[in-house]
Amino acid sequence: MNDFLTERKKKLEDFKRNVRKKATNYEPLDIPDGIFVKCDQCGAAIYEKALITNHHICPYCDFHFRIGAKSRLEMIVDEGSFIEIDKMMTSSNPLNMPDYEEKLAIGKKLSHMEEAFLSGTASIVKIPCAIGILDSQFMMGSMGSAVGEKVTRLIEHATKEKLPLIIFSASGGARMQEGILSLMQMSKTSAALHYFDMAKLLYISVMTNPTTGGVAASFASLGDINIAEHSSLIGFAGARVIKQTIRQDLPEGFQTDQFQLDHGMVDLVVHRKDLRKTLYKLLSLHQKEGSES
Amino acid sequence: MENLAWEKVKLARHPKRPTAIKLIKALFSDFIELHGDRLFADDKAIIGGLGTLNGVTYTIIAEEKGTDTEDKIKHNFGMPHPEGYRKALRLMKQAEKFSRPILCIIDTPGAYPGIGAEERGQASAIATNLKEMMGLKTPIIVIVLSEGGSGGALAIGVGDAVYMFENSIYAILSPEGYASIIYKDSQKADVAAALMKLTADDLLQFQVIDDIIKEDEGLHINPDFGFDQLKKLIVKTTKKLIHEKPDKLLKLRYEKYRRMGTYIEQGEQENESTT
Repeated sequence: MNDFLTERKKKLEDFKRNVRKKATNYEPLDIPDGIFVKCDQCGAAIYEKALITNHHICPYCDFHFRIGAKSRLEMIVDEGSFIEIDKMMTSSNPLNMPDYEEKLAIGKKLSHMEEAFLSGTASIVKIPCAIGILDSQFMMGSMGSAVGEKVTRLIEHATKEKLPLIIFSASGGARMQEGILSLMQMSKTSAALHYFDMAKLLYISVMTNPTTGGVAASFASLGDINIAEHSSLIGFAGARVIKQTIRQDLPEGFQTDQFQLDHGMVDLVVHRKDLRKTLYKLLSLHQKEGSES
Repeated sequence: MENLAWEKVKLARHPKRPTAIKLIKALFSDFIELHGDRLFADDKAIIGGLGTLNGVTYTIIAEEKGTDTEDKIKHNFGMPHPEGYRKALRLMKQAEKFSRPILCIIDTPGAYPGIGAEERGQASAIATNLKEMMGLKTPIIVIVLSEGGSGGALAIGVGDAVYMFENSIYAILSPEGYASIIYKDSQKADVAAALMKLTADDLLQFQVIDDIIKEDEGLHINPDFGFDQLKKLIVKTTKKLIHEKPDKLLKLRYEKYRRMGTYIEQGEQENESTT
């Protein structure tokens, strides 16, 4: 790519010098690829390093870029406090679906994880908790058997250890490639939350961009406190499917974080920069007297 | 090559195949319908009520697709809104209060994808049912009559015993929806159906269901045979479940769903937890 550009610049200079008889004092600039990122919402070009220091939020329009589970973890928990569980769990191909293994391989490469869910224990301003994060880079954060099992184990772990539970969702829903087994993960994860409830423990669900389908219709909607991250798409059915079914345009702001707040489905809409602070506040309000750590 | 799965899809959607109301009336001569979710509306895509079979009163929850065009529109083609799932949960909690077993009959292409459904929290309504059904201290028997589509089916489908009729299908999505995702072409539904593993035999193999109800020539030709089989199965299952202590019942229910799925833990054999 760079060779091609350099060659082209050289040819242009030759052309100017030889044909137009005009000397140039052109100093070739060396701009490496990927230094600027285009905002999906406002189209502005953002210096990538500036984007990273700004929590992956567009400084011009406040659009929250999608982030991987590991970046999310860094923003939320105390440094060095995370202990991962079920790290090596991965998916099989129970339906023998063509191309599924390739898709898994790509997901692993993009997310640097074995599956779409990162889970373990950590602390937030020294308050211990169980935390799970879906990664939309891994097959759109979809829930197959492995993700369902990891979510369930995290819930069971939190129940056993009497830890508050925080799950960040970022998912297109149940994973199509595992068919009915993916669907059953909805009941499996929700079932585990029933027992978590019985133990009178706190579950905070944070829905990020996007939280839809079978994940929205299971553990993501079942928090004692539901938080929607600012600038997220949240809903059950996909906009395209709804449009096809009702044959009319969808209203402005449909299925946004604000839409969910207005219709009473979430307790709070929180800006990414304020999430750690908000989670700490909620966790500390649920600490029993005398159990301060 | 013969596409057996697609044949099943066509049979499950056969225009002469009886819908839930016909099944209920065949099994419960004293059926009385109860309406409304007490919050917003009465969703006719889900019907609920009471009926007696072999001396036991059941709370019956059923997805109803409707028969002729007018009736289908009335029942929204069996696609429930959140108020349908909330009505179902209200009646199921009532069943728990009066220690009645619950019979859920699934027959839906899926939960309704619409603006109102989203505004009133379709995702929340389904999720709540999934969690609450796990804690209902009364037996739940689930029947897939014809079509079990996605979370819209599962939202009334968590039970102690789950049965499918021989020619019914149960899947994560309709074959058309699946084809439009995988092949970007909903016309390839037949190809998708063959891959999806959506027949009663497939689901029995995955241990997602507990048994298959025989139909003989098919419910669209001779419904009495299948309904009679179902009647015997419900009576038998109820006898088994009704004497189970509630805590034991719930423990078994949890374990049943806890096992579902296959995954690999590195360094170990594939965990065939469905087998």
